[in-house]
Amino acid sequence: MKPYARKQYWNKPTMSWWERAYLPEILRGLSITGGVFLTNMWHWMTFRKGALTTYYPEETRPDYAAGNRGKHVLTQRPDGRPQCIACNMCATVCPAKVIEIEAAFDPDDPAHPKYPARFEIDYSRCIFCGLCVEACPEDAIRMVKEVPDLPTYDRQQLWLSLPELLNWNPQRDVAKPYPAKAGTESTAKAGTENTPKGGTDTLKGPA
Amino acid sequence: MMQDLVVYLVFIGYAVAVLLLFGTVLTWVERKQAAIMSDRIGANRAYVRIPFTQIKLVWLGLFHGLADGIKMMLKEDWRPNSYDRFAYALAPWVVFTPVLLVFAVIPFGGTLVPAKLLQSVPSLSAWFGDRSYPMQIARVDAGLLVVFAFGGLTIIGTMLAGWSSSNKFSLLGALRAGSQMISYELIMGLTVLGLILIYGTVDMNAIVQQQSGVLLGFLPAWGIFLQPFAAVLFLTAAIAENKRIPFDLPEAESELIAGYYTEYSAMKMGLFMFAEFIEIAIIGALFTTLFLGGYNLPFMTDEGFVLPGNHVVPIGHAAIVVIQLVVFLAKMLLMSSFQILVRWTLPRFRWDQLLRFAWKFMFPLALANLTVTAVVVWALQA
Repeated sequence: MKPYARKQYWNKPTMSWWERAYLPEILRGLSITGGVFLTNMWHWMTFRKGALTTYYPEETRPDYAAGNRGKHVLTQRPDGRPQCIACNMCATVCPAKVIEIEAAFDPDDPAHPKYPARFEIDYSRCIFCGLCVEACPEDAIRMVKEVPDLPTYDRQQLWLSLPELLNWNPQRDVAKPYPAKAGTESTAKAGTENTPKGGTDTLKGPA
Repeated sequence: MMQDLVVYLVFIGYAVAVLLLFGTVLTWVERKQAAIMSDRIGANRAYVRIPFTQIKLVWLGLFHGLADGIKMMLKEDWRPNSYDRFAYALAPWVVFTPVLLVFAVIPFGGTLVPAKLLQSVPSLSAWFGDRSYPMQIARVDAGLLVVFAFGGLTIIGTMLAGWSSSNKFSLLGALRAGSQMISYELIMGLTVLGLILIYGTVDMNAIVQQQSGVLLGFLPAWGIFLQPFAAVLFLTAAIAENKRIPFDLPEAESELIAGYYTEYSAMKMGLFMFAEFIEIAIIGALFTTLFLGGYNLPFMTDEGFVLPGNHVVPIGHAAIVVIQLVVFLAKMLLMSSFQILVRWTLPRFRWDQLLRFAWKFMFPLALANLTVTAVVVWALQA
């Protein structure tokens, strides 16, 4: 039997004598990590932040990209009702099948007789792909850059329903000033009647 | 004699308190320092809530050590179906006790004169009379030898643990630990021999006192300036002795689960961990004593500062004692912190590299250092 010979590779790493002396390179490594430590420690001791990470969930990063697909919001009509017409297109396109919509009939609004009595997203399975936003024909669902405040001890808490999803504040939306500009009558009206007309009982979910 | 008893009980209480405190605080230091080194915040979730309020004391995560301790105390003490229950139960203590004992011969302060300290209480002052005590639990002439004797004992503990666990990983870990610790203990001994040649004594207190002099007119006569090579080799060998990264092959997680203490759980495992953290402090103390001038600031003696050029700045006895205690603890903490820096910087060796490093790199260097030192000492004496 032939003695075992280690295979030789063409790109076998070689070390110079300086690197092979070991100690200088060790000292270089220690100076790098020690330097990082001292810099960060100096930041902490002068009451600044010395870490790249955040103290989540007490503290969240302010520097999400503008196009970040964070939490979902349901846009609202000027009277505060969801713009959603319960067509189920988002639920159909959703690859993770996390959206559940229960449609209801509203005889008082002939223009939009169909509205969601229940609109729930299971964030324990949501993959934040944004396909629901693409699919929506009514611009009723959007994704904002802030991430949802999800940490919880209970899986059931990860189902967000209409009250959480309807917290979109149209006055602050710069991309689409909606409802009408401030000063007109409709703005004042939207401010006072900021609850959806139908299905108020389903809106009393867990806060 | 009662006076001696009182003083030494105080010393022992101080030493045990310092070691246990270092053992717990170093777990926190390790977490936090590693976090800060890698741009993270670090462990900060354990808190103590003041009863009947919602005030939660986090204190930078200091309570994580407490949480660890409680967890280890309350965990099930699971035992393997070992044929040697006695050795299995004994092993953690054989590792833990010598580590504590080593501190007995390390001087953590200069000379203490209780009568001078207690001048405000005349009766106590008179009771102590003119007795003086070096701040050291056991004043042994063979101090350094005692350190090595007790240091060698921990090998037995690791071997016992690996052997009695009835587990192949444990046995392999114990074998690795045995060969590694024996190799590196030899190097530790050889590096210290150079110091012994220079100081001419193995009494730790005498070694410290000799370091308060001046070298070349301006340098403090610390061991690290007299024997820089020996200092580096000693620290390396000591970290290897402690089996921490980059020398943590006996307990390499990716290869051996946890090495010789794979089969240990609850506080028995905690004792191994605790011994490791206390040993960091002990190595810091040893390095401080041998190479960093011990409990003295540069140019400082038991009477005060003797600056270069023979400027004497006398200091009161109480102030001297406090300065010496604090300086020793600070140096110890600094060296512990440096060891943690090493642990979070360097990658682990391969096993053959480890032994080759010991026998083909450090051993000849230590021998060369010893030879050069011997020749220079002989030339200076002649």
